[in-house]
Amino acid sequence: MNTDLVVSLIVSAIVYGTPLVLAGLGELLAERSGVLNLGVEGMMLMGAVTGFYASQQLGGPGWIVLIVAMVVAALAGGSMALIHAFLSITVRVNQIVSGLALTIFAGVIGLSTYAGQVWNIGGQHGLHQLNRVDLLGLGEVPIIGPILFDQDPFVYLSWGLVILVTWYLYRTRTGLYLRAVGEAPRSADAMGVNVTKYRYVHTIVGGALAGLGGAYFTLAIAPIWTAGLTAGVGWIAIALVIFAFWRPDVLVLGAYLFGALSSLGFTLQAYGVQMPSEIFSSLPYLMTIVVLAGASTTMARRRIGTPAALGVPYVREEG
Amino acid sequence: MSGTRTTRSVMAIAVIAALAAGCGSTGTTTAPSTGTTASVAPASVAPASVAPASVAPASVAPASSAAASVAPGASAAAAAVPSLTPDAAAKWTTSHPFKAAFIYVGAASDAGWTHAHDVGRLAVQTAFGGRVETMFKENVPEGPQCAQVITQLVNQGANIIFGTSFGFQPSFVAAAQKYPNVLFEMATGTEQSANLAEYYGAGENGDYLSGMAAGAATKNGKIGFVAPFAIPEVIREIDAYTMGARSMNPNATVQVVWTNTWFDPAKERQAAESLVAKGVDVLGDGQDSPTTGQVAAAAGLKWTGYDSNQESFAPNAWLTATTYNWGPYYTREVAAAMNGTWKTHFYYGGFNDDFVVMAPFGQSVSQATQQAILAKEAAMKAGTFDPFTGPITKQDGSIGVPAGTTLPVYTTTGLSKYSIDWFVQGVIGSAKG
Repeated sequence: MNTDLVVSLIVSAIVYGTPLVLAGLGELLAERSGVLNLGVEGMMLMGAVTGFYASQQLGGPGWIVLIVAMVVAALAGGSMALIHAFLSITVRVNQIVSGLALTIFAGVIGLSTYAGQVWNIGGQHGLHQLNRVDLLGLGEVPIIGPILFDQDPFVYLSWGLVILVTWYLYRTRTGLYLRAVGEAPRSADAMGVNVTKYRYVHTIVGGALAGLGGAYFTLAIAPIWTAGLTAGVGWIAIALVIFAFWRPDVLVLGAYLFGALSSLGFTLQAYGVQMPSEIFSSLPYLMTIVVLAGASTTMARRRIGTPAALGVPYVREEG
Repeated sequence: MSGTRTTRSVMAIAVIAALAAGCGSTGTTTAPSTGTTASVAPASVAPASVAPASVAPASVAPASSAAASVAPGASAAAAAVPSLTPDAAAKWTTSHPFKAAFIYVGAASDAGWTHAHDVGRLAVQTAFGGRVETMFKENVPEGPQCAQVITQLVNQGANIIFGTSFGFQPSFVAAAQKYPNVLFEMATGTEQSANLAEYYGAGENGDYLSGMAAGAATKNGKIGFVAPFAIPEVIREIDAYTMGARSMNPNATVQVVWTNTWFDPAKERQAAESLVAKGVDVLGDGQDSPTTGQVAAAAGLKWTGYDSNQESFAPNAWLTATTYNWGPYYTREVAAAMNGTWKTHFYYGGFNDDFVVMAPFGQSVSQATQQAILAKEAAMKAGTFDPFTGPITKQDGSIGVPAGTTLPVYTTTGLSKYSIDWFVQGVIGSAKG
């Protein structure tokens, strides 16, 4: 095996897995609180379009512009999630219906495309792009340099978030309460945990992360906006949460696996492997189906990880 | 427990969603809209599901037999701004405008192929003002959805409908039969009938010149090419590009990576990066976005673009590009339709009538290279040079075009530029996609 090939594949696995890590972590937080949000694709597109618009409008040093653009994207994703939170937590509509509605409302045939047209940012070339940062000057080190020390800031941010979320879920009292809300909201409520507040906060934070994941496309991958550019990544993020048994550490591995699969076809083509390229194009999606089929049988036997109250609105029964 | 049931339904939905994403359409309905402004994209920009492998038509409409072999620029060289007859001027007014509709495969804002068409649409609007109402539908997938979009446009009163991608052809052929009073025009296709015309231009001639720029720029002789679909339109462009590159550097190779999409910046970047990792030092592309150029610039490489002048996206990497000038053609066709003089045709523009135009050279293109390229362009204009004149050797070493033969643009029998499905010597990669 050629080491260059392996290293370049790992690097692209990380780059194309990063939007999945961000959006997947967001969905994981929401689902841990018991709220299933199928609006990820829509929230990502809103993050992508608003983040790009902000980066095109703002003046000043590039790194400040990009930070502000990321904040704007997170706010856009979060406010989309607020709609879902209100509908599914307060009004208690079916979460699947509400989430799908959100993807349609914000997605490629909705608000994000409309915003792109109103702001007339399609086809503009991005003024700012998050470039790779050679961390500690170690980017030139063979093999681990390009993988660990020469990524863009979004990637480092996603690594930090994975550690943070893992620590939060398993090592803090709030994280424990969060898991309780997702598993047994009635018991959590009896313990004095505000179920509604937990669900709102985590759904909105989840949306903010989805918005960041979307902004990764327009601020890091290719500084250009076009309608529907996430092309289904939001759906893979939802599948990924199931694949990861609702665990952040497994989620990262899964995201990078999807990232690697999405690049594998191109890399193999470049290395002269002759195979119909449609097969490679469909690999990430085939993988999604295989994983979900596998996960569903394991789950049927052992029921690992699924928050027991996922998708179930909480109704407080007053004594 | 309701938890188990919910988990199951969640999975069912996620699987369905994954399937939908795999099929390349996350949206399903078309959003109707009239007027001169933009319509909402009916579907995602994920890879189109239909990419016919060959253009050789099974049956040919009678009209095309007369034009079975077409010379470049056949119906070209018209006056600058076509004028309307008094009858047409009386018939088409601001209160009763002529309606010209355009169906785009990508986004009007793609900074490439579709953008160039949209510039053409705006030229029509400017030329005729309120007498013409232009409409467009963007991001229309190459499949059955196209037929729905045509029906919508006919219902909105479209008098002429232009389709801008090869994969629309089956829908256009069917629609031309179904709506005999509407005029149809297809870019890059081959089928003709009384109310269905074909139009395109010799992009391969421009690609030969782009290839020359790439061949002169490469230091290690390795050029990478990010290619959309393995259809003759793209294959002949890669062939011409490679022959151009090897005319400057006989040892140059062009490595092809297929994206199976016209427009998807993330995929285009992945494909370009895979070529950079393989060690190419010049990138070319046949994609609709300038992403390949951004990858080239980030890696410090050189780049030839496509469709539009994309120099501003990566000025340091920029060499040149084939661009298409659709405006004069669209304006002529709309004028003919308004005047009632429109006839079916197979138009193949070129350098001579400014349908194909080379974008400005980048700073790094030397004077000597520029002169060599301009000399070839002059020879193409004079008709003394055609990239597809034999002898041409195929990738596998066999003879593709014998000495003394020049491939015709399109014939219903035998090999033509419109049916070429093999790579020339020097291309690395499979012409099967």
